[in-house]
Amino acid sequence: MDIDLIFKIAGIGIFISIINMVLKQANKEEQAQLLTLVGVIIVLMVVIQLINELFADVRRVFQF
Amino acid sequence: MIILKIVGISILASIFILIIKQQKPEIAFMLSLVTGLMILLIILRQVGEIINLLRNLAARAEVDGVYFNTIIKIIGLAYIGEFGAEITRDAGENALASKIELAVKIMIMYMAIPIMISLIETIISFLP
Repeated sequence: MDIDLIFKIAGIGIFISIINMVLKQANKEEQAQLLTLVGVIIVLMVVIQLINELFADVRRVFQF
Repeated sequence: MIILKIVGISILASIFILIIKQQKPEIAFMLSLVTGLMILLIILRQVGEIINLLRNLAARAEVDGVYFNTIIKIIGLAYIGEFGAEITRDAGENALASKIELAVKIMIMYMAIPIMISLIETIISFLP
């Protein structure tokens, strides 16, 4: 439950967009596409853990 | 101060989202999702305290526990449903958001059935 998470995701986003630009300049479109996919999956792992935490907390607080 | 934390996180996240959105809108969306999740997680502890207070009051007023638990459950349902609908609407899926809202309404109606039945029975018992 930290602000680190936002820095992490923002860092991944900025990093991927820069690498993406480089790869596009080098005419490696398919690798740029794969890179985007990998980035989305990495961020998705974080998001899924957080969603799980939220649902568990809501279930505990509202006593489902 | 929790409110300072929340406002700080939101401002920081919106700056990052503005930067990332031009290049990678999908990661910007995830960032806004994570920010929303973090805010809800922070706020949930206070909600728990409020619910404890309400539970104490209800116990003191000798309200039937079944009714109170149903109300609390309905509040939780509305909470999660609203969150999901807002996120899907943010992602541009208006149709899905309306489906989530419809599902939440149906589930609230479904959970309120025991209360409704007891209300109707009370009214019937008043009738001669």
